[in-house]
Amino acid sequence: MVLLGINNLINNLPFLFEGLGVTILLTLISVALATLFGILLAMGRCYGRQPLPFIIYIYEKVFRGLPLLVIFFLIYFGLSQQGIHLKAFYAAVIGLVLHSTAYQIQIFRSAISAVPDGQKTAAMSLGMSKLKTIYYIITPQVLRFSIPGWSNEFTILLKDSSIAFSIGVVELMARGDAINSMNPEGILYVLLFIAFLYFILVFSINRGLNYLEKRYRISGYAATSVR
Amino acid sequence: MHMLEVKEIHKSYGSCEVLKGISFTVDKDETKVIIGTSGTGKSTLLKCINQIDPPDKGEVWLDGEELTNLSTDMNRIRQKIGFVFQDFNLFNHLTALQNVSIGLEKVKKIEKEKAKARAFDELKNVGLEKQAGQYPAQLSGGQKQRVGIARALAMDPVIILFDEPTSALDPELIGDVLDVMKSLAGKVAMLIVTHEMGFARNVADEIIFMEGGNIIESGSPEKMFNNANKERTREFLGRISCLYGKE
Ligand SMILES: Nc1ncnc2c1ncn2[C@@H]1O[C@H](COP(=O)(O)OP(=O)(O)OP(=O)(O)O)[C@@H](O)[C@H]1O
Ligand SMILES: [Mg+2]
Repeated sequence: MVLLGINNLINNLPFLFEGLGVTILLTLISVALATLFGILLAMGRCYGRQPLPFIIYIYEKVFRGLPLLVIFFLIYFGLSQQGIHLKAFYAAVIGLVLHSTAYQIQIFRSAISAVPDGQKTAAMSLGMSKLKTIYYIITPQVLRFSIPGWSNEFTILLKDSSIAFSIGVVELMARGDAINSMNPEGILYVLLFIAFLYFILVFSINRGLNYLEKRYRISGYAATSVR
Repeated sequence: MHMLEVKEIHKSYGSCEVLKGISFTVDKDETKVIIGTSGTGKSTLLKCINQIDPPDKGEVWLDGEELTNLSTDMNRIRQKIGFVFQDFNLFNHLTALQNVSIGLEKVKKIEKEKAKARAFDELKNVGLEKQAGQYPAQLSGGQKQRVGIARALAMDPVIILFDEPTSALDPELIGDVLDVMKSLAGKVAMLIVTHEMGFARNVADEIIFMEGGNIIESGSPEKMFNNANKERTREFLGRISCLYGKE
C-alpha cells in the first residue's frame, strides 16, 4: 500500500513539476503586477488630488470584501457570458492582481505614512522637486518599511493561486486533482507532496525576504518603531 | 537693494489669520533673530518665505526676484535658502554624510566623488567628521542638528532660516549648536527664531519681536534689552530672559 502510493508519486513527479512551474509563473507574474499597482495606487491615495484617493479607497474596500473564488468566477465565467473569452491562466492573473493589489495598497500606504512629513519639507527645502523627493527620500524608506507586510502578502498570494484550479488553470493543485481521478490509490502521498512543495516555497520566500529586511534595515532604527 | 525683502505678508488657516501684515528686510550676511510667544506665527513666517507654505497676500523678494510670483521656479530658489528645523528632519535612511551630499548630487548635479568630499568638509566644520558614516538614529540630538546645519550649508545658501534650532535639545547639547551658529555670523545671512536670549544679545544685528501675527517692535539687541519703546516688549524680554538668559 505504502509502496504502491510512493510508486504512484514517483511516476507522477514530472507531471506534478509541470504544475509547479505553472503555479510559480502564475504567482510571480501576479505578485509583480500587484506590487507595481499597489505602490502606484498607494501613492495616488496619499498624494493624489480628489477624487483619485476616494476612487482608490472604494476599489480597496470592494476587492478586500470579495472572496477570491467569486472574483475568479466573475472574470472567467461572467465575462465569458458577455462575449469576452479569457484564457483561464490570464483570468487567474487578473483575479489575483485585482485581489492582491487591494491588500498591497494598504501595506504601502501605511509604510508611506511611517515616513515623517518633515522629511518631505526638508527635501523640498533643499530644492528637490516633488518627484525627486518621492524618488530619493520617500520611496527608499517606504520599500524598507513594507518588506514584512509585503512578504506576508507574497506568500498569501502563492497559496491563493491554488484556487485558480477552480477555473481550470492547470497548476500544481489541478495536477493533484487529475492524478486523483485517474488513479486514486495512494493519493494521500501525492497530496502530502503537494503540501510539502507549497510549504517549501513559502518557507524560502520568507527566508529570502527576512534576509532582505535585515540587510536593508536602517542602522539604529528599531524595527518596532515603524510598525 | 536688500537681499531679502518681506512685504506685508498675510497668512490665514481657515478663518484664523496667523500673519497680519509682516514686513522686514535682511541684508547680505546679516543676522536677525525673531522672538515671540508660542503660536504667534514664527514658524508660519519662515515657511512663507521659502514658499513651502505660500502666503495669501504680500510679497517676498530675494536677490531681486519675486518668490511669491507663481512663475518663479522655487526649486531653483530654495537651493539658496537654507532651512534648519526644530526637530532636525534628517533623512533617516541616509548616513550623516549622505544627508549632506544628497542635495549636492541630486539637486546641484555635482559629481558623486566631489559631492562626498564637499559634504565631508561641511561635517568637519561642525565637528562631526567621526560621525560621517552614522545614521541619524545613531546620533545625539545635538549631533543631528549640526548635521542639519551642515546639510543647509553645503548648498551654498545666501541665507539660512532657523526655526528654534535648539529647543528640542537637552540643555548640555545646546552649546555645541549655538557655537556652530555663532561661527557663521557675518559669513552668511541668518534669520533665526529662538528663545536663546544670550545668543540673541551677543550675535544678532537686530531682534524682531512678534506677537499676535504682527511685528510689535524691532531693533538692535542694545535697544531691545535696555530701552525698548513698547511696554509689551520690555515685559516679554524680562520674562524670557529669566527663563533662557543664561549663556
Ligand atoms: N498647517 C496649519 N493648519 C492650521 N493651522 C495652523 C497650521 N500651521 C500653523 N497653524 C496655526 O497657526 C498659528 C501659528 O503657528 P506657528 O507654528 O507659526 O507658531 P509659532 O510662533 O511658530 O509657535 P511656536 O513657538 O509654538 O513654534 C497657531 O495657532 C497654529 O495652530
Ligand atoms: Mg514654531
